[in-house]
Amino acid sequence: MTRPLLDVRDLAVHYRTAGWMGRSGPPVRAVEGVSFQIAAGETLGLVGESGCGKSSVGRTLLRLQEPTRGSALFEGRDLFRLTAAELRPLRRELQIVFQDPYSSLNPRRTVGASIAEGLEIHRMLPKAEQPRRVGDLLAEVGLDPTAASRYPHEFSGGQRQRIGIARALAVEPKLIVLDEPVSALDVSVQAQVLNLLLDLQQARGLAYLFIAHDLGVIRHVAHRTAVMYLGRIVEEGPTDDVLGAPRHPYTQALRSAVPEAVSGAAASRTILLGDPPSPVAPPPGCAFHPRCPSSAVDARCRTERPALRPLDDQQVACHHAD
Amino acid sequence: MTPLLDVRDLRISVPVGLDGRATAVDGVSFSVARGELLALVGESGCGKSLTSLALLRLLPQGARLEPGSSIRLAGEEITTLPEPAMRALRGKRIGMIFQDPMTALTPVLRVGDQLIETLRAHAPLSRQAARARAAALLSDVGIGDAERRLDAYPHELSGGLRQRVLIAIALAGDPDVLVADEPTTALDVTVQAQILELLDRLRRERGLAVLLVTHDLGVVAGRADRVAVMYAGQIVETATTAALFAAPQHPYTRGLLACVPRVDGPRTRLVPIPGLVPAPGTYPVGCRFQNRCGDAFDACTAAPSLTGAAHQCRCWLASAPLEPTA
Repeated sequence: MTRPLLDVRDLAVHYRTAGWMGRSGPPVRAVEGVSFQIAAGETLGLVGESGCGKSSVGRTLLRLQEPTRGSALFEGRDLFRLTAAELRPLRRELQIVFQDPYSSLNPRRTVGASIAEGLEIHRMLPKAEQPRRVGDLLAEVGLDPTAASRYPHEFSGGQRQRIGIARALAVEPKLIVLDEPVSALDVSVQAQVLNLLLDLQQARGLAYLFIAHDLGVIRHVAHRTAVMYLGRIVEEGPTDDVLGAPRHPYTQALRSAVPEAVSGAAASRTILLGDPPSPVAPPPGCAFHPRCPSSAVDARCRTERPALRPLDDQQVACHHAD
Repeated sequence: MTPLLDVRDLRISVPVGLDGRATAVDGVSFSVARGELLALVGESGCGKSLTSLALLRLLPQGARLEPGSSIRLAGEEITTLPEPAMRALRGKRIGMIFQDPMTALTPVLRVGDQLIETLRAHAPLSRQAARARAAALLSDVGIGDAERRLDAYPHELSGGLRQRVLIAIALAGDPDVLVADEPTTALDVTVQAQILELLDRLRRERGLAVLLVTHDLGVVAGRADRVAVMYAGQIVETATTAALFAAPQHPYTRGLLACVPRVDGPRTRLVPIPGLVPAPGTYPVGCRFQNRCGDAFDACTAAPSLTGAAHQCRCWLASAPLEPTA
């Protein structure tokens, strides 16, 4: 097999909580032992509910947050072992687009200046040629090149997200981490941005780590999908398998909870009880067992944590999945 | 039979620029019967939230209900009620829940105290009786161990539990109408499903008339009896939920359904609605959707009205009767 573009092994991200009288409290295990690969030109969807650790995974890859443990080989080099100076050239190859394009763009810089910033830092282009390049990038994301001289507040949410994408594209990355890139947008605009992302991937051979809570969005864009629950991947595989015929009871419940805009008929739903538990004190054994709707829950589920094991093309962390 | 809630020709203006005004809700009419769940669906800025706030006369600063608007509750006109009478009606006859369950609760008071305060504002109850009633309400909205939860502070509860507490508070005055403005938008899908199930159960058990305001057509499917789709301050299509999903007529409704990525069915390229949702004051003359509509033709420069009987649509193409005429 050819080497994947990104190979993440055993990633852990722990936070310290504030405790009593300035002492630190118990660690929050936001991400615990997560491994995955992304090939060039491929999209891996990372899906889960709030607090499952999916955003921490994305942020750690860009070292916006430091990992507690693990490695992330990007074209063979471990992103987590590089010094700031060694990391700088690699930042060209690895970009991120955030959920809220308004708070991620500097309100006092013109859109053109924000997009050209990366070109400047990486000395990719003589200054005189930058305006033309910025204009090309704006056109590529479907905006008028005259947008370069305007400010972020003059644009709608969808347009700002296009600007955020143009900014990430400017340095010609190989992988873009997309952290909930369409969740703040109205559905009619969301579709425009999703199509744009798919077109750009086709044209440029980009790889995406697409982080989202919306299964419909993930199914639409991701070649493979990993489902996270309480900091761990519980199921992973080709998107059509994971979302089409989920094997982990959590993925099944998530899949069944999605309100679908079809036919208007009430489908039979598996409704999970309770809320996702706190990552400060995850339940023993399988972290999902207190909410698991399966009738197979037994003593083993309550005491022994299931490891990811291969099942056909998928990997599933459940003692009873088959 | 008169519907419990009957809204006719609702018009709300908002300030625009320095001294202009624009009509953000323009002639909206709908009714909700006892035990019925009507969904008001639209994208941001379509006027759906202003509409829901107007029902409680809680319009934001600057927004104004225009003359000629009518809101009747069990036959009684409430747009002209004096404020003290309106205050007596809020919570007691119309309850409301909002999107963000954290900001709607006071962080410094135990949830029990907030619930008891509401109960005692509505009815003369001893503290003890109110506490018993509060616990009963919490169990009614599906909160286990209700007696102990009364002593919790909002931050100790999850988003789903907080939304349940807010529903309990909204039910404290035993209202006939519940207005739910994006009640599940801030929640995870598994919790969203629980809350929708709860609203569904409450309206069946208590005969509540529910107005569910949402941007998500998926939330509507299988829960609402009827749907009204709003665009640019107007209802553009209204029908039973089954009819709307089976045969959407308005190009905007069809566009909304086509651009939602599905978990089921074939995976095809999404067909986005081109352009942007217009802001109040910038609506095109004539049909307000014409500049984003793939089917627009000459007639669209004149404003279509909402036509049809059970399934109504505001579009020149749909105005030829699509339903069998009796």
